[in-house]
Amino acid sequence: MEENIKKKLKVSAIKDGTVIDHIPAQNLFKVISILRLDHIDNQITFGTNLESYKLGSKAIIKVSDKFFEDDEINKIALIAPHAKLNIIRNYAVTEKKEVEIPAEIRGIVRCFNPRCITNNEAITTRFAVISKSPIALKCHYCEKITDQEHLQIQ
Amino acid sequence: MKKDLISITDYSKEEYLRILELAAFFELNPNQNLLNGKVVASLFFEPSTRTRLSFETAISRLGGRVIGFADAGSSSVTKGETLHDTIRMISNYADLIVMRHPLEGAARYAAEIASVPVINAGDGANQHPTQTLLDMYSILKTQGTLDNLNIFMVGDLKYGRTVHSLLMAMSDFENPIFNFIAPDELLMPDEYKMHLREKGIRYFEHREFTDIISAADIIYMTRVQKERFSDPIEYEKVKNIYILRDRMLKNTKPNVRVLHPLPRVNEIHTDVDRNEKAYYFDQALNGVFTREAIIAHTLNLI
Repeated sequence: MEENIKKKLKVSAIKDGTVIDHIPAQNLFKVISILRLDHIDNQITFGTNLESYKLGSKAIIKVSDKFFEDDEINKIALIAPHAKLNIIRNYAVTEKKEVEIPAEIRGIVRCFNPRCITNNEAITTRFAVISKSPIALKCHYCEKITDQEHLQIQ
Repeated sequence: MKKDLISITDYSKEEYLRILELAAFFELNPNQNLLNGKVVASLFFEPSTRTRLSFETAISRLGGRVIGFADAGSSSVTKGETLHDTIRMISNYADLIVMRHPLEGAARYAAEIASVPVINAGDGANQHPTQTLLDMYSILKTQGTLDNLNIFMVGDLKYGRTVHSLLMAMSDFENPIFNFIAPDELLMPDEYKMHLREKGIRYFEHREFTDIISAADIIYMTRVQKERFSDPIEYEKVKNIYILRDRMLKNTKPNVRVLHPLPRVNEIHTDVDRNEKAYYFDQALNGVFTREAIIAHTLNLI
């Protein structure tokens, strides 16, 4: 099986671009949406429900000719905290990066407080990250803390 | 940059002291023409007669004019207008917005939209900073200082926004001691206790009134509401424990004062009202002077 995946990955290798590995399989489409990969013209291949020792089942995305800014890629840190980036140039991995939870999160997450204005009017949510592990986010508006257990992606 | 007051922590210790100094000035000279020719919007998306009248009295004593509404039913909210649009429109009319809203975070959001300053007159269970400043003014007036005070907070310490804000504000002063008296269901949340520990401030927790109340300088009462309990039997068990009675004040310090944000239901027995240590009605009057101070500070009038 391991051999098979390796083979397959080789087949769909990209010349230049970014490979995002170790995405939890259930969050693949959320990652695609957060990174707006469904709105760009680059060639993209993805695989999902691949075996992973760490995650059980993982997904992988390869985007040709795309190199993410840290701010951009860190948006996925909440839903893919173990994601690893391989930067590919001329078929070779030239750099490896890990995602990092930023100090402030805009959008992506819902405030868990049903009485929060952000759940009652069209407002982009905004949180200060007060703890990264376990995650704790303080709403900029209602000041309530959304913890790991109540974390909901929009 | 405009100066909003949304959360009590928007102000520094220097600003607290500035407001209290101005409040003392307005107490001596309540009628001023500082707001002459200015329009203040008083937007009460939920009714709160006490807070609204206190603000509108403050505005009138400063010589300003008030526009607005006393409840959402008499505003365009009933037609489905968003808060965003209401605030954008009223920003065009008024020099200052005072706002009360049932949803938490509404005031912060309004401040981001408004081109004029916003003063939060309560956003759901979140913040009510002018209440905290009038509480501080009441403490300063009755104790002569905000340092070295032993503050008892009683009742609903879990959901009571007034006690949370007062705790945050008083923790900026020298050497306070906090005593929390609350049932298991309504204990002071961990984040506030953590804040005190980080600042090296002493606090103690009790399940009921004890003899140590004789050490209190301030007794801050709040209401224990039945709807806060998931188990009605638990409520029945504790409901009478958190009622302050006149005889309980017998061995307390002469300088102790009983505060309450009002409205009171039964958590302070009416026999306390005659006691000179009862301060809750005077506290409400202090609200007008404190709000005059906050408005003057917000608009740089003085």
